[in-house]
Amino acid sequence: MNAVLFASDLPYWLQSIFRVLGGLVAVLLPAGTVVYLFLFKMLSFMQSRLGPMEAGPYGSMQLFAEVGKWLQKEDIVPANAQPEARIFKMAPLIVLASTFLLVVVVPFGPDALFTDFETGIFYALAVSSISVLGILIAGWASANKYSLLGGLRAAGQLVAYELPMVLAVIGVVIQAGTMNLQQIVVAQNTGSMFGWDGIGNPYVLTQFVAFIIFMISVQAELSQTPFDMPIAESELVSGYMTEYSGFRFLIFFIGEFATAGVFAMIASILFLGGWGVPFAWFGWTTIDSVDNWMNFAGPLILFAKMMALVFFIMWIRFSSPRLREDQLQRFAWKVLIPISLVNIMLTAVLKVAF
Amino acid sequence: MLASDVLVAQNVGFAIIAVIMVIGALRVVTTKNVVHAALWLVVVLAGAAAQYILLAAEFLAVTQVMVYIGAVMVLFLFGTMLTRAQIGAEKDLNNKNGIIGLPIAVLLLATMLIALNDGFKAEKLSADAPLVSTQQVSDQIFGIYLLPFWALSFVLLAAAIGAIVLARRD
Repeated sequence: MNAVLFASDLPYWLQSIFRVLGGLVAVLLPAGTVVYLFLFKMLSFMQSRLGPMEAGPYGSMQLFAEVGKWLQKEDIVPANAQPEARIFKMAPLIVLASTFLLVVVVPFGPDALFTDFETGIFYALAVSSISVLGILIAGWASANKYSLLGGLRAAGQLVAYELPMVLAVIGVVIQAGTMNLQQIVVAQNTGSMFGWDGIGNPYVLTQFVAFIIFMISVQAELSQTPFDMPIAESELVSGYMTEYSGFRFLIFFIGEFATAGVFAMIASILFLGGWGVPFAWFGWTTIDSVDNWMNFAGPLILFAKMMALVFFIMWIRFSSPRLREDQLQRFAWKVLIPISLVNIMLTAVLKVAF
Repeated sequence: MLASDVLVAQNVGFAIIAVIMVIGALRVVTTKNVVHAALWLVVVLAGAAAQYILLAAEFLAVTQVMVYIGAVMVLFLFGTMLTRAQIGAEKDLNNKNGIIGLPIAVLLLATMLIALNDGFKAEKLSADAPLVSTQQVSDQIFGIYLLPFWALSFVLLAAAIGAIVLARRD
């Protein structure tokens, strides 16, 4: 490869520091941008109001004001939850840890990556399910029936929607012939459709069904409306988050939007070509011949694709009513899973045929 | 033995994870709360996944996390929370049959030690053994071991159908 961004001749400890800082940026920057642009501004415009305008130009500093507000609030453990105070305090950290583990395999450029994991997408799906543990014990340790109900609903929903998500990804894995996210990006950008390589072969075209199923499952995994049964505020106060205050609530909040960002990154890697541009544009043939400037342009391209996908997630979130619990389960088991199974079969047959 | 033969970092990592796993396993059986026991079991299972990573068995490690932590433990917790998980210590968690478990545990340990010792003797995994890629694993499963794999899937299918039959009310 070309001159490396995180040069491998740096000492190990320095590389590690770079990786940790990079991970923080890769998780917190999308989360902050998503919250300001979509939650503060887009939602306000959709409701014919201006949203935050006072803090900074167009309210752009509002986010820091909010974070400051949450950080100075008292860290309360409810009286009934005192015997489980340690678990109660640990739960939000598990949810956030799952997000950080998730970003580890996301490639941002030909050399700009944390680790080149061979089973990348499989790993991502596996660690994303760790957040269920955090949500379950948050609901349980709150010693509150609304929280417990919210936690149980979240677990049922996340387990149900993880299946169609995995099955949708299998279509992409079959077509790319690898589970390594970096190689999936390369496979899409070096691909061609009927001999024409002008836009590569983004899998959103060939795997459109899988893309739709994946995005619906992401919506459900993040418990965004119309799948927000676990925190349904008209029934369960705020579900598993009810008893949390101060920075632990903030961590749940960051976790939600950071995971939205990371999942959108993974979706754009799987279906939209990730950090790459079609290699034919610049005469590249393999990953090794990609020019070094892609290490700087790549993250921006990925970020743009991610924002486009998060826009759709938030658009649906702000404009849909909530599903009922039984409808939600029926939709996963009786609609999404059969469709994704058929998709896998079709993909496998076509892969062998061509 | 030459000093270069000893993989110091790996051995230190193995020791740390092993100690954590043993402590976790002991806490699973000694803790006074069902949910705490389940969470300690998560520690043990995550430790097993970490050991697989030390052995460079990526695919197995990820499968361990996906299946055991992501699915089995979530179902455990889901089940206990839906039925009886109270906050704080519980009294009647230990039953008197615990004594019988001790000889069985010793017997199992002895069987495993003898089997492993018999199977591998003084054989050592060389430090530069070739890495087994996911592709090789899948070629094995869907090649030589296809029939056992099918048999296993049928067992799971039977279990799933059985669960549905039991859960249906009509």
